[in-house]
Amino acid sequence: MSKDHIQPPAEVLLNTRAQLGIMVVAGVSEIWAHKFRSMLTMLGIILGVSSLVAMSAMVSGMEKGAKEALIAIGGLEKVRIESQDLPVYQRHLSDQAVGITINDVYALQRTAPLVTKLSPEMRLPASVSANGKTFRPWVCSGVWPVALEMGEHVIEHGRMINELDDEMARNVCVIGTATRDELWGPPEKTGKEIIPLGETIYMNGTPFTIVGMFKHYESEQERKTRELAKLQAQLQPQPSGGVSRDRGHGGGGGRRRGNFVFYLKNSTVYIPLNTMWMKFRSGMSFTGFGGGFQPTGGAGGSTGDPRLSSLELRVQSVDLLPESLQQVQNVLTSTHKGIEDFTFRTQEDWAEQINTFVSNARLSGGLIAGISLLVGGIGIMNIMLASISERVREIGIRKSVGASTVDIFVQILVESVLIAIMGGLAGMVASFGLVAMLSSFSPTDNAPIITVATLLVAFSFSVLVGILAGIFPAIKAARLNPIQALRYE
Amino acid sequence: MALVELRNVSKIYQLGGEEIRALDDVSLDIESGEFISIIGPSGSGKSTLMHILGCLDSPSKGTICLDGVMIQDASARQLAAIRNRKIGFVFQFFNLLPKLNVTQNVELPMIYSGIGSAERKKRALAALESVDLVNRAKHRPSQLSGGQQQRVAIARALVNDPKIIFADEPTGNLDSHTGDAILTLFRRLSQSGRTIVLVTHDPEIAAVTPRRIEIRDGKIAVKVDLTLAGLAGGRRNPDGAEPPKPA
Repeated sequence: MSKDHIQPPAEVLLNTRAQLGIMVVAGVSEIWAHKFRSMLTMLGIILGVSSLVAMSAMVSGMEKGAKEALIAIGGLEKVRIESQDLPVYQRHLSDQAVGITINDVYALQRTAPLVTKLSPEMRLPASVSANGKTFRPWVCSGVWPVALEMGEHVIEHGRMINELDDEMARNVCVIGTATRDELWGPPEKTGKEIIPLGETIYMNGTPFTIVGMFKHYESEQERKTRELAKLQAQLQPQPSGGVSRDRGHGGGGGRRRGNFVFYLKNSTVYIPLNTMWMKFRSGMSFTGFGGGFQPTGGAGGSTGDPRLSSLELRVQSVDLLPESLQQVQNVLTSTHKGIEDFTFRTQEDWAEQINTFVSNARLSGGLIAGISLLVGGIGIMNIMLASISERVREIGIRKSVGASTVDIFVQILVESVLIAIMGGLAGMVASFGLVAMLSSFSPTDNAPIITVATLLVAFSFSVLVGILAGIFPAIKAARLNPIQALRYE
Repeated sequence: MALVELRNVSKIYQLGGEEIRALDDVSLDIESGEFISIIGPSGSGKSTLMHILGCLDSPSKGTICLDGVMIQDASARQLAAIRNRKIGFVFQFFNLLPKLNVTQNVELPMIYSGIGSAERKKRALAALESVDLVNRAKHRPSQLSGGQQQRVAIARALVNDPKIIFADEPTGNLDSHTGDAILTLFRRLSQSGRTIVLVTHDPEIAAVTPRRIEIRDGKIAVKVDLTLAGLAGGRRNPDGAEPPKPA
């Protein structure tokens, strides 16, 4: 007789896998048997998942809005050179600091090959008036024609100021839609789009002819809202109370950043740089020179201010940004005779700010949503513990007919994960509703974006929570002694 | 070689520093095809003996050989596999799962042995047929009478074609008439070659089996053997007790 020790049944694990389907069915029917209880349990997961998705969607929306705004003001390749106070060790040279002048521009054009575009700018705190109204645009600058590309502007009507305008110091200007809206009224109010080409506006009293108008800049979201409003206006011939003006279109400050950037851009007025110099800065009479630009002041010792408000330049690529900046630094150090009265401002700072903000928002929102998922997980664990103490006898019976510890463990775990999966799926559906609800409660200009990745992450988190919540009850159930479990009343 | 060979098996519990010997040095052989009853008052250790024989529990001392395999040191998982394939249980309270219907209850052991769904169904119906309950296959346990429930439990115990069936007070929760029917069923199964161990406190019920063992205080007190082998005195007496005498 062979009294061999029993061999461990190798097929047990295999069986467990084959049983998985049966266990899923059993789990579903167990959940179905306690519909209300299971639903309440799932609610925790549903809330957790949907808040996670909604939070992430809102942050994504904000991120997209901020990135859009970043591109609208010229992207990362744009560098701005501004004047700054001298460092302490150069204070005694302050009377020799000339500031950024047109000479710098010429020097850079000649000797900084990594710089592709240069756009000098002279600003004027101006008010423009026409049509009996007055408006102070945010930006009223004398620029070169290149400012069109530099500022990512698009001419919708007419033309940009050209070289000849600059050369002749003509009194021409290109305006943004905000100026038009303020002086002649926005299309939503007037019912038709006014294109004030050829009109004369008075800039600090000096007449200028409008030769061009930029297109209306707006974020994706604003555009959609506006088009929707337009569509609705068409569908309803007699709108009650008239067509209300769109948010973000035209006036009003104190808005969110993304929106504000577009407003700023819309309220631009460009005139030729030479005109700015001749008419407003040089300190000479209006009917002065028609000739070239004299950076060091005109004849007769005028009190003109030849400094540029800013100098924007574009480098070949973002990868070459440090090298390009070094080049510019070298050239400017030479033209400024070593006096460091200038500084660079890149958009990278802003991009970084956006990223910091987004990751902070993600982190805090994720933490809150994570906590609510955790609470949902605790709910699952609670209900599973209650469920197994109701089913001690069942577990005993299953063990007596041959269910192994692993079988019982898997069965309880499958049930817990099923609740989490159902909750997760429902939560994903609910998140769409939640996002819609949130954006109707507090409409933002940055529509929340639900991405597939977000959904997947939220779903896998819910499954993870289901597994974690199920482990302890499953171990507890699997460890039940079959004899005691069978005696349990 | 006997189907079950118990050698000097003890089960010792520690209760508050006190040592309780639920089973004390028991040796026992059960041959294949035997119909045997274990009798004893409650607390005598008969349940402990059945649990150890039925692989629900492991002994503290001694060896058990079931179907040629030593199992006293088997792990919980191995015991589960043995229960699944070699042992069928019938309990006093039927122990059917109320959420499953009759067929599903009978299929339960086969689920844990990884048998495919078609084969499960076929064998479950065959087992139900052997207890005359095919017409109740779709009913829930709660829709059946006690006797019918017990027959379902017997079908479940039979379905994996076990080497040995343990029935723990199978009539304890039934009226005498239904109980008789169940005992008749067991006798019929025994005649068809099944090995059945009947655990009961009632000597009248034990009287249906040719061989009886009475447990008292964890020890085998009285043995009655009316089998041919027993009567002929041909049975080995592993514990060296006095030869069996007719009741």
